[in-house]
Amino acid sequence: MAFFIETLIGGLLSGVMYALVALGFVLIYKASGVFNFAQGALVFFAAATFVGLLETGLPFWLAIVATLAAMVVVGLATERFVLRPLVNQPQITLFMVTIGLTFFLEGLTQMIWGSQPRALDIGIEDVPVEWLIERFNISVSRFDVFAASVALVLFAVLAVFFQKTRIGRALRAVADDHQAAMSIGIPLQQIWGIVWAAAGFVALVAGIMWGARNGVQFALTFTALKALPVLILGGFESIPGAILGGLIIGAIEKLAEVYVGPMFGGGIESWVAYIVALMFLLVRPEGLFGEKHIDRV
Amino acid sequence: MNATAAASAAPSAAASTVLAVNNIEVIYDHVILVLKGVSLTVPEGGIVALLGANGAGKSTTLKAISNLLAAERGDVTKGSIEFRGTRVDKLTANELVRMGVCQVMEGRHCFQHLTVEENLLTGAFTRKQSRGELAAALESVYHYFPRLKQRRASQSGYTSGGEQQMTAIGRALMARPTMILLDEPSMGLAPQIVEEIFGIVQDLNRKERVSFLLAEQNTMVALRFAHYGYILENGRVVMDGEASDLSTNEDVKEFYLGLSTAGRKSFRDVKHYRRRKRWLA
Ligand SMILES: Nc1ncnc2c1ncn2[C@@H]1O[C@H](COP(=O)(O)OP(=O)(O)OP(=O)(O)O)[C@@H](O)[C@H]1O
Ligand SMILES: [Mg+2]
Repeated sequence: MAFFIETLIGGLLSGVMYALVALGFVLIYKASGVFNFAQGALVFFAAATFVGLLETGLPFWLAIVATLAAMVVVGLATERFVLRPLVNQPQITLFMVTIGLTFFLEGLTQMIWGSQPRALDIGIEDVPVEWLIERFNISVSRFDVFAASVALVLFAVLAVFFQKTRIGRALRAVADDHQAAMSIGIPLQQIWGIVWAAAGFVALVAGIMWGARNGVQFALTFTALKALPVLILGGFESIPGAILGGLIIGAIEKLAEVYVGPMFGGGIESWVAYIVALMFLLVRPEGLFGEKHIDRV
Repeated sequence: MNATAAASAAPSAAASTVLAVNNIEVIYDHVILVLKGVSLTVPEGGIVALLGANGAGKSTTLKAISNLLAAERGDVTKGSIEFRGTRVDKLTANELVRMGVCQVMEGRHCFQHLTVEENLLTGAFTRKQSRGELAAALESVYHYFPRLKQRRASQSGYTSGGEQQMTAIGRALMARPTMILLDEPSMGLAPQIVEEIFGIVQDLNRKERVSFLLAEQNTMVALRFAHYGYILENGRVVMDGEASDLSTNEDVKEFYLGLSTAGRKSFRDVKHYRRRKRWLA
């Protein structure tokens, strides 16, 4: 039993990390209907920039602030120079553009910071929380707990931002009906700029957490692919969906690896999520929390 | 004011003119010519009705004024639009709202997943005001629409059509406009609700001095509440005049009110009438 719980908790905690990446997708999709394939590249860019700045001797907090500024600039520039000229174009065009953006960002990152993998130490060790071992005989990584806590704080901040602030309300309004939003004077472009900047911020947090866990390397861009099943499960437009979807995928991956994996000779962790997502797609294509369309005349 | 004086649009010259549309032409998708020279004026504190059948170009006229055409690949290719003497045809919708012109779109377009109160609050986006001022603005909207106060916490998508129309108007009011472009407020609503909404529009016009340009297919009701009316057909103004004159005019009765003193006329007569009306206009 203790082992099951241990596996489950480990899965949930890594699921929070998936949710972190999925969240970046949801923000942009919700507000502008663009499936931003480049979210993974943003994560890579953020992590590499942060490590690179740390290596130049910048203090930790200053590096965070500087990277955040860089992310906001990249986000605003993407909106201004890539998406704005393409407004009113078909979704598939916008999607292709974000694929192009992915390669551009990957190239840019490696050009500035080089392509060798680097370790990122944020001072939290990947060792079991002693208290949990003594008390319940469950081994849970301290780093995972820390990362999950940071993610939860981020989710809470975003929730308050969306629910309680003027800009947050305007963001939800644009997501609901952008024509009506324009008619009452909400400038769409400004809102899209803010959303891209927010997605950049989320990418930074994800980049630091993933980078600290697995090293800062090119493979970080593939976190985007990890987020895909999460999005299918949670729905592309739902923030709670992204979080819950992340948790479920994380838990399933770990549990399946431990309990089902041996039947297939192991190594199913990397693809079981896609199988789950595919099965789910057949049953509920709009996702767990995909926005219900309110039909009423 | 007599009909001819108001009709001969003298832009910005007449101090009391809030809105002057001068001979505008609108093209969608670079090829579809929809408005073929529309002119109209709205005086300070007036309620002006823009009437006409489906596809006449009422909504297009309103969107041309509020600068919402670009989002639908439409473009004002000729003519000019002035608000209080200033050219506004090159402004963004955001700038126009800040100047005091707000559109309530056809089909209400409430933010379905936001509550009624959140919908109202988004209307104040362009205004930098303190919490106290915001609360006061909300209260004044609730004063005109007491029903909305009861439904303030409901998700807008689940409120009735009448309540959604009220939400849409209330949301526009939150921007403190001096002129509201109101597109088909009666659409799909029961007669009593239509009465209620038009009554509130009249109230807002009298007490808050908001001018209205009102697009309506419901000619009868619109002419009862409006001061002046324009009749649009195929992208052109074919007739205009005092609301009271229009509602007693034989042609208007015939074509838009479905009433006729001389009994039902044949289609041929109708065609003749239409042609004559164009020439007259
Ligand atoms: N985005 C668009 N692209 C192309 N044509 C359009 C577009 N919007 C409207 N039209 C055309 O312009 C004409 C006028 O449309 P408009 O919506 O202004 O009419 P309306 O008078 O408001 O009609 P209704 O009473 O049905 O609302 C119609 O023939 C319509 O087909
Ligand atoms: Mg219309």
